[in-house]
Amino acid sequence: MTPSNQHDEKKPFPWHLVFFLGPGLLIYVVFSVYPLLDTLVLSLFNEQQGQSSFVGLQNFITLVTDETWSQAFWNALGNNFKFFAIHMLVQNPIGLLLAVLLSSPKLRLSGTYRTLIFMPTMLSVVIIGFVWQLLLSPIWGISENFLYSIGLGQYFDAWLGKESSALITLAFISVWQFVGIPMMLIYATLLNIPDDIVDASVVDGANSFQTFWHIKLPLILPTIAMVSILTFVANFNAFELIYAVKGALAGPDFSTDLMGTFFYRTFFGFQLQQGSASMGAAVATLMFLIILVGVMLFLFFIQRRIQRFQF
Amino acid sequence: MKLLNRFIPSSGMRQVPKSVTVHAVLLAYTVIALFPIIVVVINAFKERRAIFRDPLDLPDSDSFTLVGFQQVLLRSDFGLYSWNSLVVTILAVGLVLLLGAMAAWALTEYKFKGNLLITFLFAMGIMIPIRLGTVSILSLMVNLDLVNTLTALVLVYIAQGLPLAVYILSEFVRTIPKELTEAARCDSVSEYKIFFCVILPLLKPAMATVAVFTMIPIWNDLWFPLILAPGEETRTITLGVQQFVGQYVTDWNSVLSALTLAIVPVLILYTIFSRQLIRGLTSGAVK
Repeated sequence: MTPSNQHDEKKPFPWHLVFFLGPGLLIYVVFSVYPLLDTLVLSLFNEQQGQSSFVGLQNFITLVTDETWSQAFWNALGNNFKFFAIHMLVQNPIGLLLAVLLSSPKLRLSGTYRTLIFMPTMLSVVIIGFVWQLLLSPIWGISENFLYSIGLGQYFDAWLGKESSALITLAFISVWQFVGIPMMLIYATLLNIPDDIVDASVVDGANSFQTFWHIKLPLILPTIAMVSILTFVANFNAFELIYAVKGALAGPDFSTDLMGTFFYRTFFGFQLQQGSASMGAAVATLMFLIILVGVMLFLFFIQRRIQRFQF
Repeated sequence: MKLLNRFIPSSGMRQVPKSVTVHAVLLAYTVIALFPIIVVVINAFKERRAIFRDPLDLPDSDSFTLVGFQQVLLRSDFGLYSWNSLVVTILAVGLVLLLGAMAAWALTEYKFKGNLLITFLFAMGIMIPIRLGTVSILSLMVNLDLVNTLTALVLVYIAQGLPLAVYILSEFVRTIPKELTEAARCDSVSEYKIFFCVILPLLKPAMATVAVFTMIPIWNDLWFPLILAPGEETRTITLGVQQFVGQYVTDWNSVLSALTLAIVPVLILYTIFSRQLIRGLTSGAVK
């Protein structure tokens, strides 16, 4: 290896830099950055009989206005927002409550609770989907019998099979699986709050609720914001749970369709509709924009507004 | 908010010690978290009749059977699927750690043109999911003739894992005292030796955290195995279970056993490494 002649002799070509950074950067750029950018470009083209032609924003216009496409697109997008809303309203409050309880001073077995509650988070979404599909199955009847035993039997229904309840049920399954993440992250933040601050408020006569509301909550807001953005990205990228439980058609009648399953069907085709790389790329581009907007909002507004609470 | 009210010592109610309430709630949630998994695992060892008659009973000498497991091993290649998952996960995590540490070192230690841009490029990857590039990744793999190979999965998973690895490891490299590397440079030790003999050993604790965070999504992924390597020979365990359950959905013994075979190894590994994982999560490694 000879250093390049163009460089100053005192400053040889930084081969060590190429050695350290090269391999990782190469793989990252080739298999992540380039495909993403290429997808954005591809969404502006239309492929027909192997001929690709530039069509500008036509694919996007088709997606949001064309009769055959727009209904499926808006349905998936709406469902995805519902899916996200349920996570925000259920997963994060339960995670917060569990974290607060876990961090109670001198709590015995807190390590054991923490480990066990986090367990479902470790398993594959696919496995969890199947597990709940069995548990909620009217054929097996475990959930039905359980509800009867606590006197709520008449409320049992084949939730996963009904258009009105399938999406909500799937969202709850996902919440059940991932509640460990907000719990763990909020718990970590609570542990890092200096004792002096809490002690000072107790000396000033605050009860434990006031201490929580006025002292601890503002301090864990950044963590809650971070959990929210993680949930947002994960939800708008979700695919496995729906695919495992309901298949690519996201039935019944597309009522559980999310952007992820819509993307999959658009790209690979289903039933009579042919798969299309450029339409798939257009859906992926829209998902990219949605996630980007979410992340930007987080970085510019939420992050900035809560900065003042940090030490 | 109603739930938080339990923290207010109420004078009207009979005073229950606060710790009892706390334990009751945590215990209740622990049961909710574990119950579904336990039900599936215990029923995998029971006869079909017992599964339906007494789903909550433990298997006894009458109802115990391994027929489900026999069916699973007979009808599908679970050994191969697990092996594939293991190979992909170990190779990808190993390379993420090595290449991630090298890149993190280069980006934090050396000043050069484009440093900021590359740091930003990696940071973007933490938030933007790699699967949005699937359309191009697939055509890339077709062109490279890598479809239905484990290599394709390893390459994609390295690209997927690197951003977080570079971020966490860079934070860690910054905490290493400058004197250490400067002393080595004064003794004219080469840059390569400084990294491999001085820095890399120091990064071990952070690398353990990165390893756990990188490993879980790779092992559990369905998307890329489904799209890049759906062939029988390259099927990973998650895809294998998904296909198997889809195919034998009415054979309860087999389905429960297949799920159990997928769950139990992960739970054993989790119990071994949970300390490491939870320390990683709670040490502020992910901010």
